[in-house]
Formats: sequence, structure tokens, C-alpha cells
Amino acid sequence: MSSVPIVEKRLMDVKLGELGTWIGGRDFTPNGIMHPFATVRSLVKANSKLQKLLYFCHIPLAHNRYYNKYINVKKGGIGGVAMMLVGYVALSYMWEFDHIKHDRWRKYH
Amino acid sequence: MVLSLFDQFISPALFGVPLMAIALVAPWLFLPAPGVRWLNNRLLALETSFIGRFTSQLFAPINKSGHKWALILASLMIYLISVNMLGLLPYTFTPTTQLSMNLGLAVPLWLATVLIGMRNQPTAALGHLLPEGTPGPLIPVLIIIETISLFIRPLALGVRLTANLTAGHLLMQLIATAAFVLLPMMPAVAIMTTLVLLLLTILEVAVAMIQAYVFVLLMSLYLQENV
Repeated sequence: MSSVPIVEKRLMDVKLGELGTWIGGRDFTPNGIMHPFATVRSLVKANSKLQKLLYFCHIPLAHNRYYNKYINVKKGGIGGVAMMLVGYVALSYMWEFDHIKHDRWRKYH
Repeated sequence: MVLSLFDQFISPALFGVPLMAIALVAPWLFLPAPGVRWLNNRLLALETSFIGRFTSQLFAPINKSGHKWALILASLMIYLISVNMLGLLPYTFTPTTQLSMNLGLAVPLWLATVLIGMRNQPTAALGHLLPEGTPGPLIPVLIIIETISLFIRPLALGVRLTANLTAGHLLMQLIATAAFVLLPMMPAVAIMTTLVLLLLTILEVAVAMIQAYVFVLLMSLYLQENV
């Protein structure tokens, strides 16, 4: 059985003891199915700490997967952007809830 | 709990992250970079056509050496439009309602145009302080007035954007509250108020786009004078 370097394994395949090495060595997602992350790569300097942090948080990865599935298609409609807008509204609501909850039974607004 | 109409302009924080941070980065989600394809997706087609038309129209009156500013002014316009429009959605935060952000955008860009003018063509830049055809005795007064107007420009740019957006949001909140409160008491008046709110919302969409455009247009005018 050929041995694959730890950092190139998918998270599901990494054993618990190898987790530290895996986290420390992650540069970019090595998955060949994913399309190149043109957006983030063009914005963030390659191999910088910011790029590593972003890829660790999976934000550009998640966005690229969503973008390629719903927006970057031949006949995309309003749905792809609309779902992102609704998600943004929901996220903002989560942030504002603590502040807005006082308005529920307030007599004077 | 202090009641204030300006409560909507606070940026609440959850898990230590202020909503302002998400609102500032949100336009990134909606502005993808063009890929390697010859024919991009529809969103990109719309956005690139808009950016192209806008940039060519904005830079038509500016001479060649000013075209270096095309990238920064075009991206500023896109950013302001997207941030203003996203702020019209419910529960979202509009960063451009904060004077600090608008002054932070206006002052460095304005100062850059002034310094470029002073460095490359100091005589012409100073000559802008006196309009042509001024009667003799008025010259000293007019120079003082023009200098003051020169220094007020960044303040005007920042405050214009802030005031327009803040006033719009505030009006929407007030009229919406009025409609909501009137509904059980006088439904007919509440419906009229809701109509006013609808018209105001349409106005706010227009204002969001226009204010971004005005900001960038004035900046390009200051550039045109000095470059």
C-alpha cells in the first residue's frame, strides 16, 4: 500500500494522531474536483498567513462551491444571488437579535 | 435601555465579531472575479458590462495620465453601490452611515488629487483658486473663498454620503413605525402611510445608487483639475 503524505489526505482520512500535522501543514485544498479558487487567489497573496487563515476557516472554499453550483452556470437565474441575499439577511438577523429583542413588547419605539 | 432613533446605526457584536465587519466584506460575495472562460455566467456578464460602461463614461473627460485612477475609482463605485444597496435589506448594517468610514474614503483620495496637482503642475493647481474673468478688487477675497472651498471638499464628500444614507434609513424607520402603530387605530391612514413608505423605499434605492455615483464623479472631477 503506497503511503500518501499526511497533509494531502482528506480530513475524513486523517487519523486522530495525525491531526496536528494535518492542520499545521494545510496550504490549500488539494481536491482535484474543486475548481481553482481564482477569486481569493487573486485577492490574497499566495502562501501568506491571511490565505492560510481563510482556507482554514473554509470561507472561500464554501463560497467557491456555492458559486460554481448556483451562479457560475450557463443559464443561471436570480435564484443563486437571491439565496445568498437571504442568507446574508439571516446572518444579520442573528447578529442583531440581542439588540432587537428589546423591541418586542416596548410601548414607545 | 436608552431609547433612540439612532439605535439602528449601532453595529452589534456577536462572539466578538461586529456586524460592521461582515457588512464591509459582504460585497465580496456578490462580486466574483471573471474566470478563464470566454463566455462567463450571467451575473458576471451584467457586472462587467456595467463596470465597463461606467468606467469609459467616467474617464472620457480625463486626460491619459489620469487613467491610472481607473481601477481605484471603478472599484470604489462598485463597492459603494453594493454596500448601499445591501444596506436596504432588512436587518442589515450599512457601513456608509458611519461618518468615519466616509471621511476615511474621501480625505485620502481628495488629498491625493491635490498633492498630484501641486507636484506635477503647481502653477495650474494654484491657478484654479482664481476663476477667469474676476474683477480686480475682488481677487483677494475670491482666493480666500476658493481656498476654503478647496479644503471643505473632503468634508462635503464624506458628510454628503453619510447624511443622505442616514436620513433615508431614519425616515424609513419612522414611517414604518408610524404605519405599524396606526394600523389598529386608523387603517385607512395606515394604508396611506404604507404607500408613502413604498415610494420612499424606491427613492432610497435610487439614492443609494446616485450617492455612490456622485461621490466617484466628484472625485474624478477633482482629479481632472489636477492631473
